[in-house]
Amino acid sequence: MNYEKLMNPTITGMKPSGIRRFFDIANDMEDVISLSIGEPDFSTPFHIRDKGVESLEKGKTWYTSNAGMPRLREAISGYIKRHVGITYAPDTEILVTVGGSEGIDLCMRTLVTAGDEVLIPQPSFVCYEPLAQMAGGVAVPIVTRAEDGFRLTAQALKAAITPKTKLLVLPFPSNPTGAVMRREHLEAIAEVLRGTDIFVLSDEIYADLTYGEASHVSLASLDGMWERTVYVSGFSKSFAMTGWRLGYVCAPAPLMKQMTKVHQYALMCAPTVSQYAAIEAMENGDDDVKEMREDYDSRRRFIVGELNKMGLRCFDPEGAFYVFPSIEKTGFTAEDFCTQLLMEQHVAVVPGTAFGECGEGFVRISYCYSIAHITEAMKRIRAFLESRGLL
Amino acid sequence: MDKLLKLLDSNARLTDEQIATMLDISEAEVRAQIAKLEKDGAIRAYKAVVDWDKTDRECVTAIIELKVTPRRDVGFEGIAEQIMAFEEVESVYLMSGGYDLSVRVTGRSFQEIAAFVAKRLAPLDSVISTATHFVLRRYKESNVMFLGDNQDERGYI
Repeated sequence: MNYEKLMNPTITGMKPSGIRRFFDIANDMEDVISLSIGEPDFSTPFHIRDKGVESLEKGKTWYTSNAGMPRLREAISGYIKRHVGITYAPDTEILVTVGGSEGIDLCMRTLVTAGDEVLIPQPSFVCYEPLAQMAGGVAVPIVTRAEDGFRLTAQALKAAITPKTKLLVLPFPSNPTGAVMRREHLEAIAEVLRGTDIFVLSDEIYADLTYGEASHVSLASLDGMWERTVYVSGFSKSFAMTGWRLGYVCAPAPLMKQMTKVHQYALMCAPTVSQYAAIEAMENGDDDVKEMREDYDSRRRFIVGELNKMGLRCFDPEGAFYVFPSIEKTGFTAEDFCTQLLMEQHVAVVPGTAFGECGEGFVRISYCYSIAHITEAMKRIRAFLESRGLL
Repeated sequence: MDKLLKLLDSNARLTDEQIATMLDISEAEVRAQIAKLEKDGAIRAYKAVVDWDKTDRECVTAIIELKVTPRRDVGFEGIAEQIMAFEEVESVYLMSGGYDLSVRVTGRSFQEIAAFVAKRLAPLDSVISTATHFVLRRYKESNVMFLGDNQDERGYI
């Protein structure tokens, strides 16, 4: 069979994730020190794991309702109210998903029709563009720049809006840049959106990992924004629960009703064992999040300090667990920099171009690693720069 | 203070500059806090966690349970002071439960430790009995895993 010809060209035309490629090389190497993984190095806190185990021991292995267990949705509603100050009704406006990424997919599939434009600020996580395309939409990247702290500006947004614009993706705190949108920046975006019919997919999966004195603000909390916002979050980053594959999406009831159908037919329900663990996370996990955040925060300062000392200019990331230094002064493309660093010093980082073309000139470095590990990696990056006469 | 101690507890070799960056305080402030912690005796020493099995040096450790008679006036402390003065002794704890003092001793060989117990520890006036347990293998020491290669099993997404 001529597979290439017979398969859906939307899918065959899609590039595989640019993050993965480097790991495949790295995996075959000895003595590789990686700063490329985008997940916590902590294990899920014990008391949360324990609730999952307990549910298995009691044999609670059946499906839950499509939207997720009522008690979990109650708990999520409480958590969002407590931390972000927005209100979602547990029975009609919250859906438990298989990871945050399912929420993104549901939102795209429910809102986007053929030819609709989806605005995607970049550099950003790899899934928005392909998911928009799979839904039949046209992905329209909006370039964010280091000099704006990689934030989406009202001006850039305005310039990208056309009569076909259906949805704006708002991925902050940002993977890969660590950028956050503070209240005043969101106000400016809200001002552009008011009076339009544009929806917003607000991917706030890193919201709990916002550093500094001001806490995270959601676009949905601003005047006239709740009704157009699809709020996506999950347990992976805040509670170190990546492998449990559990997230949630919140949206106004009419939208949720339709999204639930997609979820119902494609996934049925999120894993039950994970839902039991997640109840514990939502109800008794605030201290764990705080403790991990403080730990990330000191590593963040450490790595930014080290990179800046090497002259790899690094804007101050205020969220998530990545730094996004500029490698411009080395004269290499991001791809070349990463390849040579991996081949010569056995350090794996991800080229900025994996997150959109405008990521050229940058690399993503994760600090989900121990200080000892980061220190060794920094030593090797320094040696690499020295070998090129750049230090 | 707590955060600084937590950092040093996990890695005492961090420089003042690194600690200052991580805690977002000045280097002078780091030095002042450490000086105070040292002065107050909160920080007693800085040491490496050594896996002696990975070195040429022979090293045997034993944990000795001691039952003792507390002395008038000085209680357990008199005897503890006597025992902790031996340089072979790594740690001395007063315990609740079936015995009184837990003494950790390191030496070059089983014989050396046996001799230490027989000739120096057991004959002490207040010591009623000793039970010596030799350590066969260290799996974890001061929060550091000695077993396995601690491979990062995280997947790549």
